[in-house]
Amino acid sequence: MNRPAREHGGEDVQVPRAEFRSYYGRPILKAPVWKHDVPAYLFTGGLAAGSALLAAGADLTGRPNTRRAARLAALGALGASTYFLINDLGRPERFHHMLRVAKPTSPMSVGTWLLSAFGGAASLAATTEARHRGWTARAGRAAGLGAAALAPGLATYTAVLVADTAAPSWHAARADLPFAFAGSALASGAAVGLIAAPVREGGPARTLAVAGVALEVAATHRIETGLGLLGEPYRTGKAGRLLRAARALNLAGAAGAVLGRRSRVLSALSGAALLAGSLATRFGVFEAGVASTKDPKYVVEPQRG
Amino acid sequence: MTVEQPPRRMGFFTDTSVCIGCKACEVACKEWNAVPADGLDLLGMSFDNTGQLDANSWRHVAFIEQTLPSSADPDDPHAPGDMRWLMMSDVCKHCTHAACLDVCPTGSLMRTEFDTVIVQADICNGCGYCVSACPYGVIARREGDGRVWKCTLCYDRIGDGLQPACATACPTQSIQYGPLDELRERAQVRLEQLDRPEARLYGHDPDDGVGGQGAFFLLLDEPEVYGLPPAPVASTRDLPQMWKRAGLAALTMAAAVAVSFLGRKP
Repeated sequence: MNRPAREHGGEDVQVPRAEFRSYYGRPILKAPVWKHDVPAYLFTGGLAAGSALLAAGADLTGRPNTRRAARLAALGALGASTYFLINDLGRPERFHHMLRVAKPTSPMSVGTWLLSAFGGAASLAATTEARHRGWTARAGRAAGLGAAALAPGLATYTAVLVADTAAPSWHAARADLPFAFAGSALASGAAVGLIAAPVREGGPARTLAVAGVALEVAATHRIETGLGLLGEPYRTGKAGRLLRAARALNLAGAAGAVLGRRSRVLSALSGAALLAGSLATRFGVFEAGVASTKDPKYVVEPQRG
Repeated sequence: MTVEQPPRRMGFFTDTSVCIGCKACEVACKEWNAVPADGLDLLGMSFDNTGQLDANSWRHVAFIEQTLPSSADPDDPHAPGDMRWLMMSDVCKHCTHAACLDVCPTGSLMRTEFDTVIVQADICNGCGYCVSACPYGVIARREGDGRVWKCTLCYDRIGDGLQPACATACPTQSIQYGPLDELRERAQVRLEQLDRPEARLYGHDPDDGVGGQGAFFLLLDEPEVYGLPPAPVASTRDLPQMWKRAGLAALTMAAAVAVSFLGRKP
């Protein structure tokens, strides 16, 4: 099995190792214990961030329908995020133990505090929609701007969260994942505008949809093609299918956003495609990282160099 | 008045060249730490029916059966080969730079006065981040319990001057417990004394990707043969770079939003 091959009567011939060695082919790493809640949160967290940014822009430029829809979407996505995060814990009743410490070395701790602060601001902004006049409108604007200031951090820290692990394909993608998640969050936020606001308000959402898709597609392309062996989990299996679907949905959504500037129906359809694309991106990235922990070759070969 | 000195860094040196695969370490660990049984599972991997380190196995004895070139006729590829049996008792590495501890968002994972890494079970909320962060696949979440568990280097024994249960039970001194600097010297001497080309130390180097392991090994083949990563790195080493990229991406987002709204009338 480990015998160096020898040619008859000749000198030693070192046969290049055809396959790396392992312990009965078993994984070296533990697969993440995270279930579908975590990729679902990657999506809803991005959606909350993207919506908050859209809402702030709409508020400052006098687009009341977009503002209202985006603030409510941010609130809904925030609620879903909180649910997913707590539901994924092994001891959900101890969720508040996250608030015992603030640890810059733990992206999850940073995210907990980011999400808490963002949650307060975004909830307040959405609540003021119940009576949008006078001082409540002003409070809503202040809260909405606060949420928007935190939103880019909320959308991108999740990339650090998954990259700061031993999962080979996540860690290797650390330079590009934040851009993929940033684009995905922008596109999903833009989708809220495309779906819920009248076409006359939709100009910025269309631009944002195109920018978000461009960022997301470029970053995922770099991840799929630029990581050598560790890009393989992004191109194959379930992750590969999800990421191919994500690209198709995103490109269709961006095209629809541009072409549908006079059509309410086409705009809403492109919004739905963008949401589905963002969701597929998050699940695709998640599945790729999980797959890379299950085959020891993704651990051994890169470490052997 | 005497000033109390902090305790020295304690650790394990596991010398696999004298391991006989008796699994006394596994049993002693389970007994002392009251680690639950996880059922009978015949894995078909030599004598290893434990499989891996996990929430319910804090020592794991690996068995590797290898066929070597026949000593009778090394030139004949069809001659029956000699058999070699590698055994190795694996354990949490108690890293100098422990990724599990770095990423823990509750402060449940902590470093002790002996420079070991332990989980505080009353704090852990089972977020599972440490499970994905460990480059050795050691720490794991217990089914039905929801919290993570791993070797404590018998924190409740060593504080009283006792040895960890596994080291106490080991009949061949394959598992040696002591101050880490002494263990490193002893391992170097053992490596020279053994004088076998395939022998190597694993995890003893303070300049490696985890800053050196508090529990290190003498191996008789490449680490991956034992199910160990050849050159593990604590992912938090790259954290500053990762936050920088995230910051850049966040700025890109903000710029994209500004550009999309600027100069447009509703």
